[in-house]
Amino acid sequence: MKQPKYLFNAGRMSRHDNTLKFTPVDEEGNEGQSRHLPIEQVSELYVFGSLDANSALYNFLGQHGVSVHFFNYYEHYTGSFMAREYLLAGKMQVEQTKAYLSAKKRIVVAQRLIEGAAANILRVLKYHTNRNAGRRDESIPTAIAVIEQLLMSVPGTNDVPMLMGIEGNIRQTYYSTFDTIVGETFCMDGRSKRPPQNELNALISFGNMLCYTACLSTIYHTQLNPTISFLHEPGARRYSLALDIAEIFKPILVDRLIFRMINKRQLQPSDFRAEIGGCVMKEAARKRFVQGFDELMKETIKHRSLGRSVSYRHLIKLECYKLQKHLLGVEEYRPFKAWW
Amino acid sequence: MHANATLVNYLHLCHRKLWLHANQIRMEHTSEAVAEGKQLHEHAYPQRAERYREIILDGSKIDFYDPYDKVVHEIKKSDKLEHSHMAQVQFYLYLLRRNGIEGATGLIEYPKLRQTQTVRLDDDDVPVVEAWVADIERIVSSDQCPERIAKSKCRSCSYFDFCYAEEE
Repeated sequence: MKQPKYLFNAGRMSRHDNTLKFTPVDEEGNEGQSRHLPIEQVSELYVFGSLDANSALYNFLGQHGVSVHFFNYYEHYTGSFMAREYLLAGKMQVEQTKAYLSAKKRIVVAQRLIEGAAANILRVLKYHTNRNAGRRDESIPTAIAVIEQLLMSVPGTNDVPMLMGIEGNIRQTYYSTFDTIVGETFCMDGRSKRPPQNELNALISFGNMLCYTACLSTIYHTQLNPTISFLHEPGARRYSLALDIAEIFKPILVDRLIFRMINKRQLQPSDFRAEIGGCVMKEAARKRFVQGFDELMKETIKHRSLGRSVSYRHLIKLECYKLQKHLLGVEEYRPFKAWW
Repeated sequence: MHANATLVNYLHLCHRKLWLHANQIRMEHTSEAVAEGKQLHEHAYPQRAERYREIILDGSKIDFYDPYDKVVHEIKKSDKLEHSHMAQVQFYLYLLRRNGIEGATGLIEYPKLRQTQTVRLDDDDVPVVEAWVADIERIVSSDQCPERIAKSKCRSCSYFDFCYAEEE
């Protein structure tokens, strides 16, 4: 079973025969005990620490279709080494491009993506309405009503900027409830990015990055082209199809995890450090969060149409398949909506 | 579109699988069953004699061909005899015949069943195989992806998640 591997420690990764060898290096430059990682067990690498590697390693990773995602000191995603495409399908590419080029076809997919994202946002909020039922706080029910209202205007949109405007309003309403959900320990104070201005924003940004890279890795293992997107503008920055698909999964994968970890006191304000112009998560907390994310991705649910248990990670893949089918004219795309 | 043995096999299994595969939308790399089949292929008959050869005819690869006795060997992981296996081997025999090798026979080996199945290609089978090739060309060149087959055998197919992933 292939699994993503996360590298937090500084060290050297090298090819050793047909396996990977990781040698940790401490701050004084002393080498520690090497560990071997069979290549068959690695789906992708997430590099948070300082990694020393040579082209022989990248050639080897490329041959096995293993991508490497890099994050800088501030936990920002900086880029990926993407192995050569191995699933080229001309027809799929052409259909994906055609759907993007036709304004009519593009808006349909973009609307569905927003509907999926909003449905999952509502699912998260409804759960917290019940949790907060005892309190005299109407902010969550109010937000639900506002989002439901906004959602109704989605089918009437006829261009992507208009749709993005609605999406922005949905997100803003959604984020305004965060203070009610975790306000006792953390303060939201509006969404801020690049750099995030406080702890909760730092956490959301970091989580969204993890979700985005998980989507990117999944797209790589399908015939979809990660640069041709529908909701986000292609090529504006990064692999925009991964941003599109991440919209659907962020509430379920990232926000729920954040709330869960904060409520269980696995993340506390002391896990963060204020730096000039922004807020940074401390390393131990980062590790805990990544571990929590990894465990969540392995959790399974019983899929209703497949009739078998599938992991959260696999749900992302199924989303890619549905999109492929839509683009090939096999079956209309309907976004994943969590029902629990 | 050039018909090959894989496509002949898929023609007899599922037209959607045939169409997707021919359009490069492939799922075989995600399948444990395919990986197992590969393993079996490599290890089932370690003592396989030197004289067996791998040959490529018009874009189809025959893994084990015995040029002395003119026998095509095909190893299958399956635990039952399938019509699609027969069709695949008949197609090999057809290719051999078209390349000037008359009277070859086929042998499908099922290591799991400890059973073998002989396959021949008679004169009146030739137009049947040619009709398959025409069918493949017709299906693959269509813009429309064929319907899925609602069959229990979909469960073990590597395209299962692709075909059945949908929202209620």
